[in-house]
Amino acid sequence: MAIDRDALSWYEASARQRVDALLDTGSFAEFLGPEERRMSPHLPLFDLPRAFDDGVVVGRGRLDGRPVLVAAQEGRFMGGAFGEVHGAKLVGLLRAAREIKPAAVLILFDTGGVRLQEANAGETAIAETMRAIAEVRADGVPVIGLIGGRAGAYGGGGLIAGTCSRLAVSEGGRISVSGPEVIETNKGAEEFDSRDRALVWRTMGGKHRRLTGGADAFCADSVSAFREAARALIGRAPAFDLATLEAEHARLRNRLEEFGDCRDATEVWARLGVNDPDAVPAMDARAFDETVAGVGGANHDAR
Amino acid sequence: MESLTFRHTTKKPLPGAKPQAITGVVASGNLEVLLERVLPPDACEVAIETPITGYGPVWEAVVADFVARAEPGGIRISINDGGARPDTVSLRLLQGARLMEG
Repeated sequence: MAIDRDALSWYEASARQRVDALLDTGSFAEFLGPEERRMSPHLPLFDLPRAFDDGVVVGRGRLDGRPVLVAAQEGRFMGGAFGEVHGAKLVGLLRAAREIKPAAVLILFDTGGVRLQEANAGETAIAETMRAIAEVRADGVPVIGLIGGRAGAYGGGGLIAGTCSRLAVSEGGRISVSGPEVIETNKGAEEFDSRDRALVWRTMGGKHRRLTGGADAFCADSVSAFREAARALIGRAPAFDLATLEAEHARLRNRLEEFGDCRDATEVWARLGVNDPDAVPAMDARAFDETVAGVGGANHDAR
Repeated sequence: MESLTFRHTTKKPLPGAKPQAITGVVASGNLEVLLERVLPPDACEVAIETPITGYGPVWEAVVADFVARAEPGGIRISINDGGARPDTVSLRLLQGARLMEG
């Protein structure tokens, strides 16, 4: 049965549905599939249920006929969080990329960060993943992050996203390190009201990340939109060298100087040159892309 | 955690040739069901891991109902439960059987 990529919502789809629909039909072959039962050795200690794939699907497939490696996190299993096995599968995939040399590695983020029940192993996995991505990129293989799941890319997942060659994000996708509830708990509701969904999305959501150059493509919430974005971004991966790193440092320093005194994302958008910042959250993907085209700084080769 | 295993004899094998399928996600009120065509054609086994203890008789009834409806001969079914209600379990089992037939 053919999948309708236009009709399938990225946000609603499971990790397995995303992988199957994103890649060329029937091309996906999983590594360490559920039948291998590589489950968490830690969760039973906490009387918590395990998943056969520990919440991440990894394997190889084709995108437009070109070979790719792919990892997809399942945001509904423990918030897509990194446990020991989960992290090891992602690190293993990235290390395999150095030998296989695919056209790209695609990481379908959907994670709240480290799984607290296996925090040390999870933190280690985050660090190993970032190191592995740096090595893969240094070998000339682009690593593309796709972010549009309900868990977003938070905690260590947000850090890993920052090491990718390119990122595509949808309206529902969020990228940050500390989650809204974490900020509120530490700094108070006056600083950040985690129940104010509009505030959360305009501070951490896909549109803000795209406008400020934190993501390189904005997608409507469909698998076809993410597939298009992935195809385009693979061809636009920046170099991985000292010049790129220095450009990124300069970009971030500049961003702080330009926007450091802003009290709300709408102020940032206004300063970027968006005519009607209050209209941004309601824009559809096409109108938003036109807005992005009208501001400076959203497209860059710093990373 | 509670582990439950139910074994049934079926009148016929589950149609289709697909060696395995998985459906569902381990999340609150949900479950994942892994089906593997590894048993003799008249045997079905369902193994369940659940954090909700004390519902053995309900699981037994839901599994017996599924076996009677689907006749899943030859299939070993493994379940990681996230606290799903019986109707959700029933739905996932039937979804899984359908995937194996496809």
